[in-house]
Amino acid sequence: MSAQTVETKGLLAHLTGFVNALREAGIPVGVGECVDTAAVLASVDVLNREDLREGLAAVCVKRPAYRLTFDTMFDLWWPLATGDGVALGKGGADGEGDPDADGDPTEAGDGQPDIDAWRDALAKALMDGDSEMLKRLARNAVSQLGKGAAGGGRESYYSYRVMRALSPDTLVAQLLDGLLNKAESERGGMQEQVARQTIRDRLSEFRRYVDAEVRRRVAEDRGKEQVAKTTIRPMADQVDFLRAQSDDLAELRRTVHPLARRLASRLSARRRLGRSGRLDFRRTVRASLATGGIPINTHHKPRKQHKPELVVLCDVSGSVAGFSHFTLMLTAALREQFSKVRAFAFVDTTDEVTSFFTPGEDLPTAVQRIGSEANLVWFDGHSDYGHAFDVFEEKWPEAIGPKTSLLILGDARSNYRDPSLQSLKQMVGRARHAYWLNPEAQRMWGSGDSVATRYAEVIDMKECRTAAQLADFVHDMLPGA
Amino acid sequence: MSAEQSASAPIGVQHRPQFGGVDDVLIRLGQAGYLADRATATTVYLADRLGKPLLVEGPAGVGKTELAKAVAAATGSEIVRLQCYEGLDEARALYEWNYKKQLLRIQQGSAAATASGETWDDASDDIFSEEFLLERPLLTAIRRHDPTVLLIDEIDKSDVEVEGLLLEILSDYQVTIPEMGTIHAARRPFVLLTSNATRELSEALKRRALYLHLDYPGPERERDIIVSRVPDIAPALADQIVRTARALRAMELKKSPSIAETIDWAQTLLALGINTLDEAAVKETLGVVLKHASDAAKASGELRLN
Repeated sequence: MSAQTVETKGLLAHLTGFVNALREAGIPVGVGECVDTAAVLASVDVLNREDLREGLAAVCVKRPAYRLTFDTMFDLWWPLATGDGVALGKGGADGEGDPDADGDPTEAGDGQPDIDAWRDALAKALMDGDSEMLKRLARNAVSQLGKGAAGGGRESYYSYRVMRALSPDTLVAQLLDGLLNKAESERGGMQEQVARQTIRDRLSEFRRYVDAEVRRRVAEDRGKEQVAKTTIRPMADQVDFLRAQSDDLAELRRTVHPLARRLASRLSARRRLGRSGRLDFRRTVRASLATGGIPINTHHKPRKQHKPELVVLCDVSGSVAGFSHFTLMLTAALREQFSKVRAFAFVDTTDEVTSFFTPGEDLPTAVQRIGSEANLVWFDGHSDYGHAFDVFEEKWPEAIGPKTSLLILGDARSNYRDPSLQSLKQMVGRARHAYWLNPEAQRMWGSGDSVATRYAEVIDMKECRTAAQLADFVHDMLPGA
Repeated sequence: MSAEQSASAPIGVQHRPQFGGVDDVLIRLGQAGYLADRATATTVYLADRLGKPLLVEGPAGVGKTELAKAVAAATGSEIVRLQCYEGLDEARALYEWNYKKQLLRIQQGSAAATASGETWDDASDDIFSEEFLLERPLLTAIRRHDPTVLLIDEIDKSDVEVEGLLLEILSDYQVTIPEMGTIHAARRPFVLLTSNATRELSEALKRRALYLHLDYPGPERERDIIVSRVPDIAPALADQIVRTARALRAMELKKSPSIAETIDWAQTLLALGINTLDEAAVKETLGVVLKHASDAAKASGELRLN
């Protein structure tokens, strides 16, 4: 290459802009990878958009959790089409206003879109599992049905408007009939369950297309940088536990599970600090026969596995509803990783809930059963950490021993009741490790009825609002291991 | 900027891309019996073109190892496999000295040495030479002159130190043996690492590799896979198998059915002469796809088999 100048526009600048946007969205892309993106650009057929997408993803996305954000960014930077679908790709221009491009105009006499025709087309596409058709429908539906007033006299596009207009969820019964050949005998049985799953898959596919299309339209309107900042949902590991929505929770669950595994291996890591155990004299001598009696290879007995024991104590009161769902999730995940886990839940009194987390138990069922069967309310159902700790110390003092790691999960908001620091001190004193994960921002600790700062003097308390912070906690717990 | 000038290409290592394009990858993997989707093909093509290792991550049984075998078959390469496990070390992964042979050499030499005046230095130079080197998979792959696919399987099972061991190979295609110096690759192998993501791999490793997250295939592709592996099966039955398997996977079981297991399922049904997958058939054959009693119980409940 001859003398180079820094490019300020053109393809390379576009590419670096894209990489910068990825970084701002929280995907770490190193300098070396940035160079590789250019190599990708040179290697794949740039006109084939999906190849380009996968190629760039292979370089930039090193974790599944980043993929959604990456796709969003890619769609913003390499839009498929502009406006109402003046296609840049090979798909060709689609007719406007039609659910399917080659059908009749679907406007009823009064100029309103004919919702029934839309729903019929959608039902047909869902029934056939026709992805191309779904994509096209999504594109047209957003431009026809998704427009709504935004603040300041402007217009914008919204997924929810499309979803409300088409309400695809109400098509389920009709689709079921179609998929099941209307055979009466098949209703309610296995076939129906399978068919329902198929429909769920296809509906979520359609929803994805609509969301992507909305982002594209909005981006066009307001500039991709603006959209990148505002419309991208935080990645699952950045979602605040206390504000997590239900689909975030499903995503979180996938993030939390491997974390539990790592937490378990961190806690048991000490056994591995020395790589091998005591010398196995017998085997060493036996092996030395091959080398004329010189013990060149020494053999060692495997170290005794230190089986970590864990006691989890979690607040499941209403004030931490989002978090407690997560804590139970974590507990369930831990339950499968540790040799011995005892789980306790409390609101204003404590009960053991270990038995609800038998391996393979369905989590939502477990949570429901804890709510209805465990004895968690003593006085009025408001969090009372002090009493909960006292009860724990009174009933299960043997649960915490020198081999136990103690993990307390809660926001330490004790409704101005006695925090019973003494009980906590005793518990921490007996445990091998003790940590407290608090879902509240650290600056809130100690405000109002929070006794977090006082507890923090007794126990190692960490702010843990997101899965990312949980990952950090797991990582920092045993530095260097 | 061309592909040959990509960042990490070390000087002197021969690299000959073996695929002509994404479509070429698709066709040739297809001929090798592996139905890849476009994302997989693109990533394989780039790994080949840029000469970078490819890290494939995903749940068990989605065809990660199969992909490596298919790439080997498609390019006419020999496959060199390093199976990782907890406790894998340098001596098993990279190279080892043949102590016994060295010892024999010293003993046999010591008599002759006193006669001919051979010094210690001569002897020690001698025993750390090619003759006494035991090649392990990584070194083997580096030194081969013919096309090679190096499969490093289940890297997440190994200890963190093994990743450090791999870094030199993955970025520069060379191995340093203290007694002998650095051995450069005669020809760049196609390196494919697989991981079930049971632990997070180090950033350093991920930075060096292209990344592919391989998940369960879409329904059409899985049906095609089943039909290609079990050609005698009726397409409608394959379709039912795929849909039922997807329903099972959505249940968050301990061990979701893998592609290999859906293929097994198809074969089982074929062998039993079952033409339609109804409640009775599923109940009878559930053991083929589900490997835990608790999973089977849960699936029976959710599929309303009872």
